[in-house]
Amino acid sequence: MTATLTDHATDSRREETPALLEAVDLHKAFGPTPALNGASIRVRAGEVLAVMGPSGSGKSTLLHCLAGILVPDSGQVRYNDRDISSLSEAGRSALRRSDFGFVFQFGQLVPELTCLENVALPLRLTGVRRRAAEHSAREWLERLEVADVAGMRPGETSGGQGQRVAVARALVAGPRVVFADEPTGALDSLNGERVMELLLAAAQDTGAAIVLVTHEPRVAAYSDREVVVRDGRTRDSELGA
Amino acid sequence: MAIVGHTLLALLEGGPRHGYDLKRAYDERFGHDRPLHYGQVYSTLSRLLKNGLVEVDGLEAGGGPERKRYAITDAGITDVAAWLDTPEKPEPYLQNTLYTKVVLALMTGRSAADVLDAQRSEHLRMMRELTRRKAGGDLADQLICDHALFHLEADLRWLELTAARLDQLAAEIDPGKPS
Ligand SMILES: Nc1ncnc2c1ncn2[C@@H]1O[C@H](COP(=O)(O)OP(=O)(O)OP(=O)(O)O)[C@@H](O)[C@H]1O
Ligand SMILES: [Mg+2]
Repeated sequence: MTATLTDHATDSRREETPALLEAVDLHKAFGPTPALNGASIRVRAGEVLAVMGPSGSGKSTLLHCLAGILVPDSGQVRYNDRDISSLSEAGRSALRRSDFGFVFQFGQLVPELTCLENVALPLRLTGVRRRAAEHSAREWLERLEVADVAGMRPGETSGGQGQRVAVARALVAGPRVVFADEPTGALDSLNGERVMELLLAAAQDTGAAIVLVTHEPRVAAYSDREVVVRDGRTRDSELGA
Repeated sequence: MAIVGHTLLALLEGGPRHGYDLKRAYDERFGHDRPLHYGQVYSTLSRLLKNGLVEVDGLEAGGGPERKRYAITDAGITDVAAWLDTPEKPEPYLQNTLYTKVVLALMTGRSAADVLDAQRSEHLRMMRELTRRKAGGDLADQLICDHALFHLEADLRWLELTAARLDQLAAEIDPGKPS
């Protein structure tokens, strides 16, 4: 009985909550190659959304359009009711720094900086002083169970440690949305699972939404719901879902 | 012999036990979703008794089956060892309902993609539930849920592969139809 009541509450909340981030009918081609061909998606505040689909179906392109890294050829991306595809490159870049966090499969950390400096970087870029930034960075490294790699460069860490550092960096500046593209793609099951648990717990505490691109069903199972991309398209249910 | 028989037998290797005690030990470790019924425990024990794999070790006043204490025999120990040494037959799942549904959807002009999408969403629903249960559980819960999760994941991999080959399958089912 209690479970039923809770479920209803969750459902109606989901219907009422307006989208925090929304893409409508995106099209994007790279030269002659179509990557998106009518993709729509809605992300609500605090939700974990899995983006699934075969290789080459357009998942990463969709994520890059949502995050304002790429501009679609047509269609709209709205964040907080603002059309971000019409922002300047500088405007989108500022938005990414202040409101978004990113975790990729690999290669996202700056190899010349220590792990601590890497995690402090997003804060430094928004004008936080070095001491304060590194203090927060250290707390996040501790929280992700990798305080011991603070002084190492990314190349000296294991894959699992590196991904935890990347998660710390994605969350350190308190983003509203974390974009994660195959965040566990290079890890074994046990490490991948731990990274997902830590990412989810941290996002839940800070209220960040997660857009999680993955082709692994066991990773997608950490989401609240899934959207499937096929041939650059999502199902119509995403429109006005 | 069924898995319950071998399991009860192996639990008796730790020392003689009463039926209710065996049931508790079984449920605690292996019961998870389905605890044993007392009836099942006693019918299994009487079969083991008949086959000489257990013996009655002590009888308390009253005499009913719930009063008996059971001990494993040498033959029982040999039986447990043989069971553990025999690998389980890999289950090839060649009778696949989902495959049948996909083919029938294509044959009757319905959407096979819809069949697969509905199944994906149902599988993921179950996988979310198992993932949540795993997060709140002990190591035993985690291992059991992982086993189920890996199997469900295998289904989903097959499902994605099939989804990517629907056009090809449609053409084979109805060679006259342009694909
Ligand atoms: N920068 C680019 N230049 C040219 N083509 C691109 C570029 N990025 C993506 N594409 C093409 O766009 C299509 C969609 O690619 P995308 O990377 O979005 O797929 P994906 O679903 O993320 O695949 P994967 O699961 O393999 O990562 C593919 O055909 C790809 O080759
Ligand atoms: Mg990709």
